[in-house]
Amino acid sequence: MNNLARHPKLVQFAALLVVFFILCFAIEPSENNILWRLPAFLSAVPEMLNNSVEFIMFEWIPIQTYNVEIEDYEESALMIEITRSMSRAVLFGIEFIREILVGGQKTIVAFTSWDFISENDWAYWPALPWTVVAGVGITLGYALSGRWLAILVGCATTYIAVFGQWVPAMETLSFVLIAAPASVVLGVFLAVLAFKSKAFENALMPLLNVAQTMPHFSYLVPVTVFFGVGDHAGAIATVIFATPPMIRLTLLGLKGVSPEVLEAGMMNGCNKVQLMFKVLIPTARHDILVGVNQVIMQCLAMAVIASFIGAKGLGFNLLLALNQLRIGQALELGICIVLIAVVLDKLSLGWANKQIDYFADLSFVERHKYSLIMTAILVAGVVLASIGSLIFKDGINYFYLIPHNQGLTTENFWQSGVDWIVDNWYSSLQVFNVGLIVNVLIPMKNAYLSMPVSATFVLVMGVGYIVGGLRSALVVGGLLLFIASTEWWDRALITAYMATFGVLVSVTIGLISGSLCAQTRFTTKGILLVCDTFQTFPSFIYLIPVIMLFGVTDTSVLIAVIIYATIPATRYTVEGLSNVPQSLLDAGSMSGVNRFQRWIHIELPLAFPHIMLGINQTVVFALFMVIIGAMIGTDDLGQLILKSLSDEFGIGNGLMLGLCVAFIGLAVDQILRTWASERKKALGVA
Amino acid sequence: MTNETSNSTNSSTANDDHPVIKCDGVYKIFGDNTAAMMAKSNGNIDVEAFKEAGCIFGVNNASLEVHKGEMLIVMGLSGSGKSTLLRCISRLTDTTNGNIFIDGEDLLAMNAKELMELRRNKMGMVFQSFALLPHKTVLENIAFPLQVKGTSTEDSMKRAMDMVNLVDLTGRENYFPRQLSGGQQQRVGIARSLAVEPDIWFLDEPFSALDPLIRKEMQDEFLRLQEMLNKTILFVTHDFDEALRLADRIAIMKDGVIEQCDTPANIVLHPATEYVAKFTNDVPRERVLTCENVMEDIGIDSDLSELKVPRNAVIETVAEAILSEDKPVAVVDENNEIVGTLHASHVIHVLFGKDEPKPASASQATGV
Repeated sequence: MNNLARHPKLVQFAALLVVFFILCFAIEPSENNILWRLPAFLSAVPEMLNNSVEFIMFEWIPIQTYNVEIEDYEESALMIEITRSMSRAVLFGIEFIREILVGGQKTIVAFTSWDFISENDWAYWPALPWTVVAGVGITLGYALSGRWLAILVGCATTYIAVFGQWVPAMETLSFVLIAAPASVVLGVFLAVLAFKSKAFENALMPLLNVAQTMPHFSYLVPVTVFFGVGDHAGAIATVIFATPPMIRLTLLGLKGVSPEVLEAGMMNGCNKVQLMFKVLIPTARHDILVGVNQVIMQCLAMAVIASFIGAKGLGFNLLLALNQLRIGQALELGICIVLIAVVLDKLSLGWANKQIDYFADLSFVERHKYSLIMTAILVAGVVLASIGSLIFKDGINYFYLIPHNQGLTTENFWQSGVDWIVDNWYSSLQVFNVGLIVNVLIPMKNAYLSMPVSATFVLVMGVGYIVGGLRSALVVGGLLLFIASTEWWDRALITAYMATFGVLVSVTIGLISGSLCAQTRFTTKGILLVCDTFQTFPSFIYLIPVIMLFGVTDTSVLIAVIIYATIPATRYTVEGLSNVPQSLLDAGSMSGVNRFQRWIHIELPLAFPHIMLGINQTVVFALFMVIIGAMIGTDDLGQLILKSLSDEFGIGNGLMLGLCVAFIGLAVDQILRTWASERKKALGVA
Repeated sequence: MTNETSNSTNSSTANDDHPVIKCDGVYKIFGDNTAAMMAKSNGNIDVEAFKEAGCIFGVNNASLEVHKGEMLIVMGLSGSGKSTLLRCISRLTDTTNGNIFIDGEDLLAMNAKELMELRRNKMGMVFQSFALLPHKTVLENIAFPLQVKGTSTEDSMKRAMDMVNLVDLTGRENYFPRQLSGGQQQRVGIARSLAVEPDIWFLDEPFSALDPLIRKEMQDEFLRLQEMLNKTILFVTHDFDEALRLADRIAIMKDGVIEQCDTPANIVLHPATEYVAKFTNDVPRERVLTCENVMEDIGIDSDLSELKVPRNAVIETVAEAILSEDKPVAVVDENNEIVGTLHASHVIHVLFGKDEPKPASASQATGV
């Protein structure tokens, strides 16, 4: 009894559970019972959204535009002209870079016309030989960061070329080279505005919260409506998706600049522009670079997802391969994406770390060493390619471009590996698979579906109240109310069940492996490296091996969810545990604790707020993966989002569904974050 | 509460010897109600009423003057408002009420551009946490104020290199701040603040973040630089010993109020308030007082010893010689004329008794 009195929150939670279960059993499951399911108040909203978008897009503010084809003026809506010209600009950028890398005619067309091309056979921009791109990349790596980066770039480009993925890889690269800088610039710009104006920040923050918990897919629907389908639409969706973390990290960095550094800038006589660009932004460099890194990762993650709306490149091929269940090929493509991600990441870091020597009295050659080397590489590559055209008689010049079907491939190896697994392990895997589905997943799903909506409200708002007071309860309740008022409550429950299962397993694995690895310095470093590496993989990649093993089932999705969501759980556990002050550990040792006691009594309680933030991340990761799992076939919200993509009037549904997913994430986020910050305050480690 | 600066409201004294920095009744008040309360008060600030309205006084009616080539040290414990006062004078924060003049120009009336020009050409500041730009090398940091001014890269780098040599960091100019020790970082901070050859030098607890031995070393370095450059200095510290060691004059602050502003010797000998006295109690007086501070008038007894000591010699340096004499020792001025006498027993009495020395002679020691 004493124990209970000492933990008032425990009593509150127990009471809440009792009420929850009473409600669960007392409420009659009937469609007309408002306590069982809320009527879909919001079912008309998607239609309204569709109509208003339609209006804005095609009717709002008509203007006269000149149509070249009919050689006359015609009426067109302002919005569609704006989005059209944006599309054209983005597309031009992508095509331009793409044609430098792999050759083409569209840039020439942009300045002339298709007629010009057909009249002049010479009007074709030749691709750079792959050796030149690789050589320039290697030189750049060496110039920016030294030998190791050069070797990495060399290996990556050679791998991509030799495995015959050069063209799609360059297509992806051109897409990233437009989308990433655009996101970075936009992100820094908005962050600076938010830093300058508190009102703007207050307006921006909730938007960012929603944006960062919306699943990737739901960005695609509105983008297709406004910008159509194609590389440009993919790039725009990517920019929208990749900008929020950039804003957040830049703002974090700007706010973290010590006031004395700011004052030093002012006392040195900086004007406002100098203060921002010479003092604040460079000083916040570290956070901004993390942001750039994030942007590159998001761009590559989106490279796959954007192929749903017509972005060409590795992602598109990967999607095809997955659809055809060609696991080996998917794996190779996945590795290419990861390689591009790693190389771009390291190059951008190297660039940011560069410094100048002011007193070096250099000659012209020394000053322009790298440009000269690159020019030499260009010449050498072109010469090599010409020689190649003489050597290789069958029309394929390996020194110029290795086409897809002529590259090396390990596909057969992987495919036979998969076949071997299917042949030998199929029955045991199947037993596990069926056992999991029948004994765990289906009962869990049914339990979720048999929850009356009122009981869910009581439970979730109750937890919100106990953890964060009335405000949290209302926020959480509001988010829930939105989902309950749509017609997809049951679907949301399925999403929730999958995410819950994934999170529970991930957190368990993460806590255990994290705690074990945090015991020694060596394993700590090791596991963080593993987490870093795995985080570089675009989320889609995780689907490849699980389909290999478990085929197209819920189990596959859940295992992908678990692998993906275990990363933040492990990382935050390790970080939290290794940030426990040494003095406390020493105090524990001097009190004579053993390792286990130290873990239970000292490390875990102190690290728990940080671990809580990790769990928060785990939830978001799990939700994303559950939605992406719709690719394999699930019956939750994700499936509907995917469907709305192919629907002409999908924008309303797509957005509402996206919001539903985002709000599940935000509700959890609200509770966990409040709890973590309360604990941090209580422990004085904020 | 003695403010030895004049309280004259007439600021436009057409005097050649006008102070470089002049603060007149400066207030810095924090709190949400401040603006409303100020509007109500019509310039007559009633401290109690403001405090009742939830306002906090960072600086409370501070007046001081710093003359050319003088070093004024503002001393106070944390929260005393010393850094706030410095930030008012450098206009890093806005002053709530009062007047501040830099070289006779009204600082608070300046627009952003004038202020920027003033800072680019006349002011230098050193910060407690060094405040170096982490992405720039030592050289780039020092050249920074010159570059924002628009000096060409070549010139500013040359000048920065001179400054590197001045603060003894030769050979480390291409290091990044994170690769330097605290003392070295502050040398960079000092070099940066001096790069534009400012007339006025602000130092905000420059040595507080350093270890005691390094602090001592940096103080010596600082005195060496000041001897060479002869800047007008406003120096903020919480370390009374540091203040005694470096200052021409010390202003002691408590709760935003300047409790006393005077020479180190006068503060030690005549603390104006009990608060000031608490600091002075444990001060080794022999290190602060000069012969002039403790000498007696030339009495009838002219039976002096052969030894003569200069009047501005610190007691510590001459104590042993005085104590080994039986007869009183003569104190002489610059022209070798006898201005007073010192008797060993009297010296000991002043140094170790809690008694004050003769007020008559001490009062001569005011001024710069």
